[in-house]
Amino acid sequence: MKKLFLNKNTKDTTITLTGVIFVCLIVQLWMSFGSMSSLLKGLMVPLCVYTIMAVSLNLTVGILGELSLGHAGFMCVGAFTGAFFSKCTDGVLPDGIRFLCAILIGAVFATLFGFIIGIPVLRLKGDYLAIVTLAFCEIIKNIVNALYIGRDENGFHFTMKDSLSLGLSEQGEVIINGAQGISGTPNDSSFVIGAVLLVITLFIILNLVNSRSGRAIMAIRDNSIAAESVGLNLTKYKLMAFSISAGLAGVAGVLYAHNLSTLTALPKNFGYNMSINILVFVVLGGIGNIRGSIIATIILTLLPELLRGLNDYRMLMYAVVLIAVMLFNYSEKAKDFKEKLGFMTRKKFHAKEDK
Amino acid sequence: MTSFLSYLINGISLGSVYAIIALGYTMVYGIAKMLNFAHGDVIMVGAYITFLAMTAAGMPPVLAVILSMILCTVLGITIERIAYKPLRNSASNLAVLITAIGVSYFLQNVALLIFGANTKSFSSVVVYEGFQLADGEINVSGVTLVTILACIIIMSVLTWFVNKTKAGQAMRAVSEDKGAAQLMGINVNGTIALTFAIGSGLAAVAGVLLCSAYPSLNPYTGSMPGIKAFVAAVFGGIGSIPGAMIGGILLGVIEILSKAYISSQLSDAIVFAVLIIVLLVKPTGILGKKIQEKV
Repeated sequence: MKKLFLNKNTKDTTITLTGVIFVCLIVQLWMSFGSMSSLLKGLMVPLCVYTIMAVSLNLTVGILGELSLGHAGFMCVGAFTGAFFSKCTDGVLPDGIRFLCAILIGAVFATLFGFIIGIPVLRLKGDYLAIVTLAFCEIIKNIVNALYIGRDENGFHFTMKDSLSLGLSEQGEVIINGAQGISGTPNDSSFVIGAVLLVITLFIILNLVNSRSGRAIMAIRDNSIAAESVGLNLTKYKLMAFSISAGLAGVAGVLYAHNLSTLTALPKNFGYNMSINILVFVVLGGIGNIRGSIIATIILTLLPELLRGLNDYRMLMYAVVLIAVMLFNYSEKAKDFKEKLGFMTRKKFHAKEDK
Repeated sequence: MTSFLSYLINGISLGSVYAIIALGYTMVYGIAKMLNFAHGDVIMVGAYITFLAMTAAGMPPVLAVILSMILCTVLGITIERIAYKPLRNSASNLAVLITAIGVSYFLQNVALLIFGANTKSFSSVVVYEGFQLADGEINVSGVTLVTILACIIIMSVLTWFVNKTKAGQAMRAVSEDKGAAQLMGINVNGTIALTFAIGSGLAAVAGVLLCSAYPSLNPYTGSMPGIKAFVAAVFGGIGSIPGAMIGGILLGVIEILSKAYISSQLSDAIVFAVLIIVLLVKPTGILGKKIQEKV
């Protein structure tokens, strides 16, 4: 009975969270009792990673309204700090606690990076901001690729040249080996943990959006001059949204790192390609729409797998579908066509757009 | 000193390629206000067409390059007509960005299907061997010379075209205010198509020059130079033609010098770091116009 009196936002949040938990439960049951193919099973943790990435990027792109092309950079920071911690404390801490600490450390470092990068970046606007975030992402990837850290009984050694110049003693081991990355990270990620992290991420973001700060952030998005003139601190709220988004990307990174035995910073996983892929999920799901991001991520991640029968043509089909969907959703002619079919009235569409 | 000079010449040559690509970016951005992410892949297509024309059809290099330019121009206009034009008046410019990314994936995968993932070795289109300076210590190869010359010629012709001709004036008018330009009787769609055509034709030239200097060609050849050229365009002030030239050459020189003297692994990081510093000091690039925001 009490639920009927909840306000609209709380109801929305509850519906989204319940829906996600429900779907995760079904998938988990299917995995344990059903006959899910091993291919699909292997996709489940990456799916959680991408969903967390998409939802957190939506905070920057949709709620804060700034185009970021460097989201994968924060994932990279989270992945490497988390994996570094796990590798160092492997066998020292019990598994569960170690992974929990790794997630926290990844999140804290990514947030810190988001904060430091955000201070200069958020002064810029529009496409300039986009290109600078892309630049930071590439810088992070490049530096990680040139980083060597090793450990022996004298403590940690660090260099940017090669693994020999670390000067380790015989018992020492190389932890981060430049372009070869970190190998032998404990394999802690599982679908259950991924699902729990996803729910926590959603909870954080939905609560932020519906809070006083969230409304301030959206006011800045809609009109920054008006927001400033009613006394909102632009830098504070922009930085808040940007660093929270970065921190959550860091969490996704830790999850990603602990799903692989060897973690390397390739253009494929931490370059601008990844950032763009995630951006595609966000835009296709509807900018600013958290539920949309989740659905778009699931569909677009599974689409290439479902198209596997087409072999070589599947990525081509993916591209064609992407262009077709964008044209169908956003072009003037398609809008008229949809109106004719009665999918939506013109007025309603505009109301949605203005939001 | 001599090694510094030869690095500098290499840098200017690489920078000239970036500048030619950046011109395509900057013109399209200036007029359509969109980031054309597929531009880098048009470079790759241009290089493949030249490669095929020279090896399979046995054409002389000059003819092959001209053919590649024509086909890329057609490709550019087609992409604009099919993928970008329907979205021109849409409220969200992110939609066009994502469509451009879709086009980029499309071109890469078509190339992957036709030519396979194997890297092809591209034979240089320049037959001239080059010459030597300072008693043979500095070697200027033919490709380097042709690249720098091509860049200078393209720059001067383009500047003349945009400032003096009627079509160029129309371009400037459309980039200033689309609505007002239309009211003055300018064919806005035609002008935008022309811009894409010029940009794509230049991309073909850039592709050939890039692959002549660094002779490995695969379906992803265009993407990194594309991004760097975009950085160069932003560096010089996006929308400005001399800005793209300055940005491109500076970027090439910085990249080669940091590869030579600092670290080859970190050269990309240094290039991007310089971009960030420039944008923090001058938020619209070196030659960018500052637009006052109206309340």
